[in-house]
Amino acid sequence: MLIAIAWRNIWRNKLRSLVVILAVMLGLFGTLFMIALSYGMVEQKIADSVNNEISHIQLHNPDFLQDNSLRYSIRNADSILTTASGISGVKGISSRIKTAAMASTANTGTGVIVNGIEPSLEMQVTNIHRFLVDGNYFEKESRTPQILISFKLATKLKAKLGSRIVLTVQNTDGELVYGLFRVTGIYKTTNAMFDEPNVFVIKQDLAELTGFGLKDATEIAVLMDKTEETDRAVMELGKIAPGLSILPWNILEPTLKMMASMMDQFSYFLLGIILAAMAFGIVNTMLMSILERTRELGMLMSVGMNKKKIFYMIMLETIFLALVGTAAGVAISAVTISATSRHGINFAKWAEGFESLGYSSLVYPTIYQSFYVGLAIMVIITAILASLYPARKALRLNPAEAVRHEA
Amino acid sequence: MGIIWTKDLHKVYTETKVPVNALNGISITFDEAEFTAIVGPSGSGKTTLLNMIGGLDKPTEGEVHINGTNITTLPSRSLIDFRLHHIGFVFQSYNLIPVLTARENVEFIMQLQGVPKAERKARAIELLEAVGLTDKIDNRPGDMSGGQQQRVSVARALASKPRFILADEPTANLDSKSTAELLDIMLKMNEQYKTTFIFSTHDQRVMERARRIVTIEDGLVANDLRFKV
Repeated sequence: MLIAIAWRNIWRNKLRSLVVILAVMLGLFGTLFMIALSYGMVEQKIADSVNNEISHIQLHNPDFLQDNSLRYSIRNADSILTTASGISGVKGISSRIKTAAMASTANTGTGVIVNGIEPSLEMQVTNIHRFLVDGNYFEKESRTPQILISFKLATKLKAKLGSRIVLTVQNTDGELVYGLFRVTGIYKTTNAMFDEPNVFVIKQDLAELTGFGLKDATEIAVLMDKTEETDRAVMELGKIAPGLSILPWNILEPTLKMMASMMDQFSYFLLGIILAAMAFGIVNTMLMSILERTRELGMLMSVGMNKKKIFYMIMLETIFLALVGTAAGVAISAVTISATSRHGINFAKWAEGFESLGYSSLVYPTIYQSFYVGLAIMVIITAILASLYPARKALRLNPAEAVRHEA
Repeated sequence: MGIIWTKDLHKVYTETKVPVNALNGISITFDEAEFTAIVGPSGSGKTTLLNMIGGLDKPTEGEVHINGTNITTLPSRSLIDFRLHHIGFVFQSYNLIPVLTARENVEFIMQLQGVPKAERKARAIELLEAVGLTDKIDNRPGDMSGGQQQRVSVARALASKPRFILADEPTANLDSKSTAELLDIMLKMNEQYKTTFIFSTHDQRVMERARRIVTIEDGLVANDLRFKV
């Protein structure tokens, strides 16, 4: 019956309880939606980085990581590609020649990273071909070697489709060599920081220019069907390619992992602040409720309800009040997050700002189910803490005086 | 020796600037099945005496014995338990739990005592029928008149099967008709269950029906009259 009393007591002063419930609901809705947006941005950033830039796993000659020279190559990369593609869960695998270069047009020049790729393999690993804004992805034959540049670089170099770009690179002997390329495609991903330096050419063209072995590579990139399979694949690749550096995405880009972990901490911190504010509101409501019910509490003590049960009743009331607000807040958040996660929220107005930081302006809010469990536990703990002071006030009442208290 | 007796009961309230002597050495005995009114002017110590007997307040000096137990020496936790099992209370302002129905209010005490659900439900209905509230069993206090609410509180006081019931000004908020009905019911319970009733009251209507009138003045028993039925 204590549970029934506690539950019904909440609804004795409906307006007052509803104000608290509404405050908790709106507070949680705002917080959860903001957390979902932030998670969405981070998740998308990780997905974009993996799918467009780094892939799940990269293999290098260990020395290449210290000095990005073409001398430190992966010998006979093609045979590794053939064997590694048999590992279960591997979605795509591609070998690249990656080197720093100077890109010049008639107008200006800038430093770039040249990615020598095999387009058909690269398409299985990265999504650059889906981000073309002009031209094509090495689909047409051309007498002049082709180059794919980003929209941002094109603007910087004042280049357009058909423009000629001279790439100056070091060959395998360390000598500077020049090559003329024609812009046949312009791409634009959601990460301006990636776009600006990265240009793509056909691997064979770059190999011929630099004297690099056509069957060799400086980098092998592996994309998995599922991110969770990465660690297992790293182990298996270690057996296939001993002596090579085999790094998963979270080591290649530690900031991504750090962002996800920071986001977790930030979410709980933000939630903690909201719950603390909620606790003060609840304490205030419960104190008012206890003051109004002084005579009733005096009666309960007089007739023999012990302190433990009175404390339990007040604690239950506080928990119910908090849980109703939380349930309403979670429900409205879940519906909103689910509705917006289907089509995303387009912050097109601030797209440039988002992209300059490496984020897509189309955000798909997302939140883990486990987060709701954590939230429920935090709410119950907060409610228990919030009930301590009002319960203490109630327990200090003198039953003889309390039963005669004038409301 | 009666079921309740006090010995040289003193109570001094020191919370005020000037200490107030509410009881100045009351020794009194109450027997089984008595129907006693404690009367006296305001501030004479009626309610204080009732609080001492009910274990709601501790005397500064003296003893209160109920059913052979000196309740003044009981620790707080035991005293709460003692009240639950031995004493029934009826308050001036009814003090029912507004969110519970009449039956639930009566049942609540029995639940605190650990009475099984079926038994307490049956007893609650029986008691409410006995106080003439058969048609109000599932009503909440807000849907009942003052007289009806006070009858529920009598049923609640009887629910724990106490040896005696303490009633502090139980008719103060009732009209004449409700007062007469309530007194009829209390007398019936007094005879039927041999329950001792002790009232503090100013109400002439209660005094007329009481079988013993104890007058308190300045914290002392000034008069103790017993009437034959």
